[in-house]
Amino acid sequence: MSAGSSPKKYVKVWFLLLVLFAISVIGPAFEIRWLTLITAFGIAGVKAFVVAKEFMHLNVEKKIVSYMLGSMFLACVLFYFGVAGDVMNSKGQHWEKKVYKVEKTKASH
Amino acid sequence: MGIVQPIATRRSATGILTGKLAVWWLIGSEIVIFGGLLASYIMMRLLHGDWANEAEHTNVVIGATNTFVLLTSSLFVVLSHYWAEKGDRDKAFKYMWLTILGGALFLCFKSYEWTHEIAQGYTISKSLFWSFYYVAAGIHGLHIIGGVVIMAFISFDLKKGKNMHRAELIGLYWHFVDIVWIFLFPLLYIAK
Amino acid sequence: MSNDHDHHEQSIWEKYIFSVDHKVIGMQYLFTGMLMALIGGFFVYVFRMQLAFPGAEVLGWGIVNSAEYNALVTNHGSIMIFWVAMPVLIAAFGNFLIPLMIGCDDMVFPRLNRLSYQIFLISALVLIASFFVQGGGFGGAWTAYPPLSANANYNLTPWGSILWLVAVALEFVAFLMGGINFITTLMNSRAPGMKMYDIPIVVWMIVLASILFMASVGPLIAGAIMLLLDQTMSIGFFDPAKGGDPVLWQHLFWFFGHPEVYVVLLPAMGIVAEVMTTFSRKKLFAYKTVLNTAIATGILSFFVWAHHQFVSGIDPRMANIFTVTTVIISIPIAEMCFVYIATLYKGSIEFTTAMLFALAFLVEFLLGGVTGIFLGASGSDIYFHDTYFVLAHFHYTFVPIAIISVFAAIYYWYPKMFGRLMNETLGKIHFWGTVISFNIIFIPLFILGASGQHRRIYNYENFPQLATDGMQNLRVVATMGLIAMLVSQIPFLYNFVTSWKKGKIAGNNPWKANTLEWVATSPAPHGNFKELPTCYRGPYEYGKMEGRKDDYWPQNEES
Repeated sequence: MSAGSSPKKYVKVWFLLLVLFAISVIGPAFEIRWLTLITAFGIAGVKAFVVAKEFMHLNVEKKIVSYMLGSMFLACVLFYFGVAGDVMNSKGQHWEKKVYKVEKTKASH
Repeated sequence: MGIVQPIATRRSATGILTGKLAVWWLIGSEIVIFGGLLASYIMMRLLHGDWANEAEHTNVVIGATNTFVLLTSSLFVVLSHYWAEKGDRDKAFKYMWLTILGGALFLCFKSYEWTHEIAQGYTISKSLFWSFYYVAAGIHGLHIIGGVVIMAFISFDLKKGKNMHRAELIGLYWHFVDIVWIFLFPLLYIAK
Repeated sequence: MSNDHDHHEQSIWEKYIFSVDHKVIGMQYLFTGMLMALIGGFFVYVFRMQLAFPGAEVLGWGIVNSAEYNALVTNHGSIMIFWVAMPVLIAAFGNFLIPLMIGCDDMVFPRLNRLSYQIFLISALVLIASFFVQGGGFGGAWTAYPPLSANANYNLTPWGSILWLVAVALEFVAFLMGGINFITTLMNSRAPGMKMYDIPIVVWMIVLASILFMASVGPLIAGAIMLLLDQTMSIGFFDPAKGGDPVLWQHLFWFFGHPEVYVVLLPAMGIVAEVMTTFSRKKLFAYKTVLNTAIATGILSFFVWAHHQFVSGIDPRMANIFTVTTVIISIPIAEMCFVYIATLYKGSIEFTTAMLFALAFLVEFLLGGVTGIFLGASGSDIYFHDTYFVLAHFHYTFVPIAIISVFAAIYYWYPKMFGRLMNETLGKIHFWGTVISFNIIFIPLFILGASGQHRRIYNYENFPQLATDGMQNLRVVATMGLIAMLVSQIPFLYNFVTSWKKGKIAGNNPWKANTLEWVATSPAPHGNFKELPTCYRGPYEYGKMEGRKDDYWPQNEES
């Protein structure tokens, strides 16, 4: 569905966004972990894509813009993977973060 | 101050209007700022299982309402851009103000939400979860305020038929702010 | 295309203080940077005197206590990187050169340009204010690791640390704004006929540096906000007792910190390329290679940051990966240096002062780069980390970048800025004084570092193994070298000021160079060119060319 040339098309895109949004809100109600992840975060990704493509007109914009935005996003991904090894873990092969205790009280973990 | 626009501003070797190109680069820089903040949050959240106890208390109803408000305001701003391009000053002005209304509504709901949370003791220093919550949503909120102010200025130009291309430029910025919230919502409200 | 900038008579305020002209804003950045360099230079004088003669009264300061020492080294580093290197290399020369070299009349957003300088100026003032508040200036090192930087009970500078952080954050905002201006101007406003590979290398480099800065500073801005909250409200983002992690700060900092060195290196290499080609009367050896290498280096620079953290407790498997990437990144930069040397080969070398500084850049930077290998390999870094070996390494890279290449640029473009030539004799005295004394400062520091001297210690008398006569003598030698280097700047400052009114008149193109800035008059007027030029060829058409009398072929000449 490509929009961009008439208000009607934009409204259709908006409606699609609302449907996706509704799914992402209902999904977690089932309390199934993988379902929540897909509906909440997967759909967030899809919604972001739709807004970028149809509302920000990245589908007709010069490619260099998409490459630039994509590179910035990749920098964030790189940052995440470079740092998570240290920050996300509470212990490793020969170390542990002793100062606090991780309390696993929530069943969903 | 009568500053003549340089010829440099009117050139376009890339084919992209200069103002628009600048907004794209601005968005690029903001992606890394929010990305760094949210990456840090995600790492810490995954490490601290006990934050789920705190996250329980975020208000999904208000969060979801705000998501709906922002999505709708994104529609309004793209319509304002559409009518600005068609040269319809009044419609462009009207839709710009509907967008501003959406932003204002977002801020109202957030103020209500935060007031209640703070009154219940979920302050920025209660737990690192709440620290991230207030910083992330707070910086996002500052961007909403900035966007609303700029939109107001642009709307008056639109009414006079001046700088109509700026409807698109502020629209791009606004869509970006919307996209940040699209990710903030599941991160802060759904991921329990 | 005729360029009609019809203006009423401008007042002093409009012309110099609140100007939107890129050349004036460039000079504002240049002079602010030079002033900050004097402050940063004064600080290093004070603390090196303390190191050479511990406990003695320092002329112009008094006795240096340990807290003051920490504040001096912290602010020396911060000033030199954020308020000297970046504003001079990127903002001053970027602003001044980019519109002139691509043949347009100003930056695309003149008012944003003015605003970015104003924010930068405020950041400098905030930093200076931090020296005068209760507790004095921040003393937690330019890297500001928490918990030292977060907790006033540890750093003892409750106001200084906050003001330092705010100053750095404002500086980042100013450079993000400036960067958007430079990038957009280069992408869109080139002279008709100027294709991608006709753009002078220095312009490419400054814009690439702006992109690198933009892509790397985001996480640190987020981190700065977190640190500010830790400082003011004890939130605990980096406090393990509250669930935070100090290593997170280190990653946030160095994810930016490493690309940052390339942010300053690339413009410096750009300057050297321009000066070397003009004064060897030869084409740049491999333009596309230089450009692609710069881009590759920029991308690679994102993959090496944790080599600053080898001993902080990061995952050793990550340390292995970062060792490999770090050693790899030395290759493209070395290759660029070789391309520059190849540019000199069989050239007709003119040893002007600018050229001398450009040559010195190559020699000194190569030494700096080579010593980086020992630090990039995690095994040897375990010994060298936090010693003066690191310090000597980064001064052998930073001083060529921030000082030597800047002098090359000033001697080279002074005629375009002020319409007159600087005195060559004074220039040569300045050159030899600076470069020889620079080596006298830092070679002893390599030796001291290898002998185990840690960084950030205010009095080595407290460490018997480090207080041997031999080592203390080296410290004195280094300090004497510093004094010599500071004294050598006097002929430069005298030259800079007197040439303004009394120097030989330069004319449009005193160096017989090709690039478009030499088409404008010296100095260039508001609007730069009477008629905006068209570009017909690349920037480095030098040497004997068939059918041409001159050994150069300006970009704007049709034939």
